[in-house]
Amino acid sequence: MLFLTVLATGIALVPLASILVYVGIKGLPALNWEFFTQLPKAVGEPGGGLANAILGTIILVLLAAGIALPLGILTGIYLAEFGKDRLAPTVRFLCDVLTGVPSIIVGIVVYSTVVLTMKRFSALAGGIALAIIMLPLVARSTEEMLRLVPHSLREASLALGATQGRTIRSVVLRSALGGIVTGAMLATARVAGETAPLLFTALNSRYWPTGLDERIASLPVYIFTYSTTPYEDLHRLAWGAALVLVSMVLGTSIAARLAAKKVNGGK
Amino acid sequence: MSVKIKVENLNAWYGRNQVLKDINLEIEANKVTAIIGPSGCGKSTFIRCLNRLHEVVPGARVRGHVWVDGQDLYAPGVDPTEVRHRIGMVFQKPNPFPTMSIFENVAVGVRIHGLKPGVKLEEIVERSLRMAALWEEVSDRLYTSGVSLSGGQQQRLCIARALAVEPEVLLLDEPCASLDPISTLKIEDLLVELKKNYTIVIVTHNMQQAARVSDYTAFLLDGELVEYGPTPEIFTRPRDKRTEDYITGRFG
Amino acid sequence: MNKGRDTFFLQITRLAALSIVFIIIVMAHELFRGSELAFSRFGLGFLTGSEWDPVHGKFGSWPLIYGTLVSSLVALALAVPLSLGVAIFLAELAPPWLREPLSFLVELLAAIPSVVYGLWGLFVLVPWLRDVVQPLLGKTLGFLPLFQGPPLGVGMLAAGMVLAIMILPIITAVSREVLLAVPQSQREAMLALGATRWETIRRAVLPYGRSGIIGAIILGLGRALGETMAVTMVIGNRPQVSASLFDLGQTIASVIANEFSEGFDELHLSALIASALLLFIITFSVNIIARLLVWKVSISQGVSRD
Repeated sequence: MLFLTVLATGIALVPLASILVYVGIKGLPALNWEFFTQLPKAVGEPGGGLANAILGTIILVLLAAGIALPLGILTGIYLAEFGKDRLAPTVRFLCDVLTGVPSIIVGIVVYSTVVLTMKRFSALAGGIALAIIMLPLVARSTEEMLRLVPHSLREASLALGATQGRTIRSVVLRSALGGIVTGAMLATARVAGETAPLLFTALNSRYWPTGLDERIASLPVYIFTYSTTPYEDLHRLAWGAALVLVSMVLGTSIAARLAAKKVNGGK
Repeated sequence: MSVKIKVENLNAWYGRNQVLKDINLEIEANKVTAIIGPSGCGKSTFIRCLNRLHEVVPGARVRGHVWVDGQDLYAPGVDPTEVRHRIGMVFQKPNPFPTMSIFENVAVGVRIHGLKPGVKLEEIVERSLRMAALWEEVSDRLYTSGVSLSGGQQQRLCIARALAVEPEVLLLDEPCASLDPISTLKIEDLLVELKKNYTIVIVTHNMQQAARVSDYTAFLLDGELVEYGPTPEIFTRPRDKRTEDYITGRFG
Repeated sequence: MNKGRDTFFLQITRLAALSIVFIIIVMAHELFRGSELAFSRFGLGFLTGSEWDPVHGKFGSWPLIYGTLVSSLVALALAVPLSLGVAIFLAELAPPWLREPLSFLVELLAAIPSVVYGLWGLFVLVPWLRDVVQPLLGKTLGFLPLFQGPPLGVGMLAAGMVLAIMILPIITAVSREVLLAVPQSQREAMLALGATRWETIRRAVLPYGRSGIIGAIILGLGRALGETMAVTMVIGNRPQVSASLFDLGQTIASVIANEFSEGFDELHLSALIASALLLFIITFSVNIIARLLVWKVSISQGVSRD
């Protein structure tokens, strides 16, 4: 029986290895100076890069984080520290519901609210869609991290005459900071790779981003569109984009985990 | 009078922390032997060495010999599951299997080892429950969950479960620690009854209990066997100053 | 004066928390509003109609529902035994020094973006299925309707396999947590009866964690039902009901990804939103069931009642 479980573990790791190896082997040749500095060429013209998509992904993720981090962290604080009323369980429940909502549905909803209202596809709409996916992740991880702060710490601060709000801001948040940052990084990494919610919000673009009210390119959407064309050249670029995206995403989540380990180990 | 278990130079570790140091002692057949001592003295570890359960904890190690009827449990090639089949154990907190019925809780050990030909599972379950003095209380609800019982009943269910596989030795690790006084009394009466057929080793931190139920008492302190002898002697004329301090409540 | 700042701070956090309630309400409202047209036009026929044909304005979503369910079930069939094997290995059998790094690797699988799974599926998995797996299955098990038809590579089987890989980490991680939450006393009770390590797992550990493990599986199902990009890229995108896993198919999520941005008309868009509503309701219920089951395990850890 030990053998069977070892076998299962081995089989489970094959796709991981295969994906990483293929993304590496096929992606690496596509990466050159041009890839990181040039705009995509029209179909049929050789060369070109995905610089705008890299920048676009960074902008979209920053937008999403700019919206979701403050909201999510405040929600987490509410759930962990104040939530003694009926609202807290409801919010916690809805957080779980929202985490389970397929991201394509978030795309539809942002389309029919933001895009239709602004009458245009935009980076802003894409950022909002990603933020909606990010929000419940940040809220729940913040809540969990705050709950790990020992009660005695709170009591010590309260005993010194600090108010509850002050205690939370200066004592609780500070000692949970490492965990909250880890959660935020993991959530950021998660949305950086999201594609479905961008399809009808940020759409895509062949040009440099010019404003938040303009449609914007992103790596995931380029991977999708390029890989579903019949052109070898574009497939090559798609693999290159995948390598960049996977490095960004895995890099962030590995860093987050290592940081978490360090914080926990140090205590 | 005959020796059932002979412990020889027994040492045990958790990681780098030595919890038993060179224990030597002989346990009589069909008697109740109590292991007493303050918390952390190694008494639980000691009986967990008698059925090779100590070694299932990660980082735990044992060195030495435990002879049961002349066979060394720690000799190479000895199957620990066979050892545990022969030597039953009851734990500090009642731990029935929550997804099983009362019947299944008692029967599961038999199912693992296989039913001897010509014996009915129902008979074994009934006999085990009777020996554990639980039959009268549960015979009408054998197929309800084991966790629906009270704490004391759960512990007797665990005793029945251990008896069902027909062990030769019964180890009890502070079996009454989480029970009320009445349940405790019931279990103590039961032990006196059971020693007719089994060799019993009981760990307890309750000295009245040791005095009430046991024939022999061993006093452990910091992983060492301080004193071992017939219970009346240990409690009335301890030879070691530390034993005397402990049983008179001066520390521990 | 401190008191005032405190109340202010509390109100700010409550406002943030309310944003989640607001998002869900808007979401539900938009989905219901947007699907009104489709439901008023087709009624229940929207669910049962077997033809999804935007060009001719026919919108029956049964092929999509079918594709969603079948691809997810294939994924479960492949992922559940594997995930449980991995979880048991990680929680019960692996040497301690191996547990952390292995769990970490499995978690990495969860971090890879869906679109990269799709890319890999399209260019690595699909050719392998077409050239090796499907001919082999056709030859050996071809008498089953499941494995009939020309080996195309893309299709239901490819979608199910990619989904299986994608849900493996979550089923593994949650099951592992559930197994680790099984009290040591349960294992020792079984070991002390003379059970082997495997019997202990099978008779004590797994039954104890049963509902949590079922919860983990359902959580994986929820993930599979709503997964979009990877499926869209390998399923072939043809809304049809076919018994063979070699055939092309379509899921609710993939039809939305494919057609929403180029919707022909209002009715088409409404039909797409209606299918999104359907998906929302399905994943919503599935997730609730899963959470309840996992939650039940975490509160029922004490065995003794007193």
